[in-house]
Amino acid sequence: MDRWIPFWPDTAAVNAVVVNDLYVAELIVSGLIVATVVGMILTFGVRYRRGSAASRANLVQKTWRFEVAWTVATLAAFLVLFVWGANAYIWLYKAPPGDEEVYVVARRWMWKIEHPGGQREIDALHVPVDKTIRLVLASEDVIHSFFVPAFRIKHDVVPGTTETIWFKANKTGIFRLECTQYCGLQHATMQGEVVVMTAPDYARWLTEQGVHASLAQQGEQVFRAHGCSGCHDANSTVHAPSLAGVYGTFVHLQDGSVRFADEAYIRDCILNPRTFTVAGYPPVMPDFSGQLGEDDLFKLVAYIKSIGARRESAR
Amino acid sequence: MSTTTIERAPAGVPADVEPSYLTAENTIASWLLTRDHKRIALLFFASITFFFFVGGFAATMIRLNLATPEGLLQPAVYNRMFTMHGVIMVWFFLIPSIPTTFGNFFIPLMIGARDLAFPRVNLASWYVFNLSGLVVLYSLVMGGANAGWTFYTPLSSSYANGYVFAAAMAIFINGFSSIMTALNFIVTIHRMRAPGMTWMRLPLFVWGIYSVSVVMLTATPVLAMDTLLLAVERFIGVGLFDPKHGGDPILWQHMFWFYSHPAVYIMILPAMGVVSEIIPCYARRPVFGYAGMVLALMAIAILSFFVWAHHMFVAGISIYSGVFFSLTTFFVAVPSAIKVFNWTVSLHKGSIVFDAPMLYALGFVLLFTVGGVTGLMLATLAVDVDVHGTYFVIAHFHYIMVGATVSAYFAALHYWWPKITGRLYSESWARFAAILTYVGFNLTFFPQFILGYLGMPRRSYTYPAEWQSWNVLSSAGASILAIAYALPLLYLGWSLFYGRKASRNPWGATGLEWTTPSPPPEHNFPRTPTVVHEPYRYDPEHDTFVSQEGTPHAG
Repeated sequence: MDRWIPFWPDTAAVNAVVVNDLYVAELIVSGLIVATVVGMILTFGVRYRRGSAASRANLVQKTWRFEVAWTVATLAAFLVLFVWGANAYIWLYKAPPGDEEVYVVARRWMWKIEHPGGQREIDALHVPVDKTIRLVLASEDVIHSFFVPAFRIKHDVVPGTTETIWFKANKTGIFRLECTQYCGLQHATMQGEVVVMTAPDYARWLTEQGVHASLAQQGEQVFRAHGCSGCHDANSTVHAPSLAGVYGTFVHLQDGSVRFADEAYIRDCILNPRTFTVAGYPPVMPDFSGQLGEDDLFKLVAYIKSIGARRESAR
Repeated sequence: MSTTTIERAPAGVPADVEPSYLTAENTIASWLLTRDHKRIALLFFASITFFFFVGGFAATMIRLNLATPEGLLQPAVYNRMFTMHGVIMVWFFLIPSIPTTFGNFFIPLMIGARDLAFPRVNLASWYVFNLSGLVVLYSLVMGGANAGWTFYTPLSSSYANGYVFAAAMAIFINGFSSIMTALNFIVTIHRMRAPGMTWMRLPLFVWGIYSVSVVMLTATPVLAMDTLLLAVERFIGVGLFDPKHGGDPILWQHMFWFYSHPAVYIMILPAMGVVSEIIPCYARRPVFGYAGMVLALMAIAILSFFVWAHHMFVAGISIYSGVFFSLTTFFVAVPSAIKVFNWTVSLHKGSIVFDAPMLYALGFVLLFTVGGVTGLMLATLAVDVDVHGTYFVIAHFHYIMVGATVSAYFAALHYWWPKITGRLYSESWARFAAILTYVGFNLTFFPQFILGYLGMPRRSYTYPAEWQSWNVLSSAGASILAIAYALPLLYLGWSLFYGRKASRNPWGATGLEWTTPSPPPEHNFPRTPTVVHEPYRYDPEHDTFVSQEGTPHAG
């Protein structure tokens, strides 16, 4: 798909293949439209130039017939592109369960990456090939945008919330990682690389990082250090909702609404607990906004997710 | 009146005894305090030409910097340059360009009125515009703003230093000028049409200005709210857009694009009107599908309010809201496509003269088509995810806002130059400039589509070395484009002094504006004309035409 077309970027993920097909289709449609217009202008321009012998009798009178025809034709073509694009978009932006989940914190002007095993890197992201990687994105300051051209994936990283995207690389190699949302002075240098490795290489790379505590274990330390465990531990006497297994379930809130407990929900609850009081519990949790950085928040989220998983496996 | 033949009246015929609007009074005060729509149009022309070259200077610095991968400017300077380029070109050239100059000058002449409905408001609009211009120049001279012309929060509200507030206030003040001008046009077109000038006999340029006025009047107040809220946020730190205080950064984008997407149509609708005047005149045949053209203009104006979030497909809005705005964006593309086909087919069985205005107008159609089809790609959600925030977007909107709109602006300038000044310019130089514009433009911006798909992010002062050749091509094109844009200054300036005197109707056009002397007298028409025909009664078969007030002419 990508080799025979000149000036074509690397295509290194299943996501990119889907976008490529659509893009090629659109190039063809665009080419046809432009060729039609250029062709008509040239043909008419030559044939009906001033002084040419061509007959000018019987100008088209019922122009609406033509207009209806090309309105219907363009609308039909556009709707096909719309449906195709929308389908692919929903597929691109609805992250499936991943083989691996990596946390990405953007700040001016660097990408901080945290692997579930606790490995950390800056401006580089090592991933295994042919695995579905979920990325959870957060920003510490302004809006950034996470973009890997070779994977055709991009999402803004908006402060105050988290976003989840995914990709599945199908080629090993080193690919550019960019920020595409202007974020201030050194925006242009907020770049890094994604290193796609074979599974054994990746496993070796993980062990070479010399990390002893996984992200969830680091999260447990944060959980104790900030006193979360005082209320939320199973053997606590305070009437607080248990967090074991909460991830991935629907939570009923005091105000009658129901929220799906994903990364963004857990993050919101830590920073702004009074807005998300769980039904049947008193609104006593202090808010932690301003006390926890995005990396600590990610560790906590990883920990809370892990205690859910632990219970699942204990069953 | 309708039976008198007044074609090509030599100087000295009674109608010409009244002095032209240019020479009616000669004091400086008579210009600065004028209420004549034609003089105000020239005042606006002076102001926006100045800003066009200020914005052009910033563009030159940008292209100069990008000629090498490392960049020649300091990052801080580069960031200020692209911010000021955007702010000045959008609000101080493109939005006012055609309405305040050709709209001001020709709306009354084309509908057979003596002036706009509110001449003093019209003059006030120019003063307010210049006040906003002073404020933006202040921010530029004092150090410039560095938040990008889109002022995304929280970068603009909490992080950017520089004169962001002054730049935002300049935009705030500028909006009042837009509103005053738009209001004036709407009232004038509704209330001051000559007898017989029914809605479906309006020249399409008048429709273009009418539709754009509706958009300006309804969208600009939202921009005023945005900039005011941004100021409040910057100074008091209310936290509307700041997540640290419970605000939402995305809210700014919604409010900003609610104005700024319609603003794109503010830039293109008058250009569409201009081209719809010029193509029939130089193809010597009626425009293809007049009613369809009117409907398409109004459809674009209305639909333009329902597409704003297509700037935010990757910003973290709900994916279903993304789907909705993608659909509306495809809808707004349909009337645009209809217009392109109608213009093209308007050449069929014509008797086409390739004079400079026609070359610019055909350039408009081609560049608008390329901008349009790449707009379809951006409307397609999955492709937008890939190319959003890259040079692909830059290339796309420059094709529309510069390629198309500025071509139409130059088309209008050449087409109406004899009417405005009473002089004819050198046709061969003008054709050369038109072709040079087309070549320079494509060379500048086509490589940016390729750079965009390769993944070059916008607003970056530096890029990897493998992209240099495309960037050098683009910079080379920009220098050709700069010459093409500066050339008219020379030969049009020359024509003011040495050009042949223009007759009333040098192009043999059908509009009422061509029944007045060139340049027109202060009060436009000695008697209110009566309109008996739809516009564009050109007959290519017999090489004749009938003006709107019913006078038949031989070719």
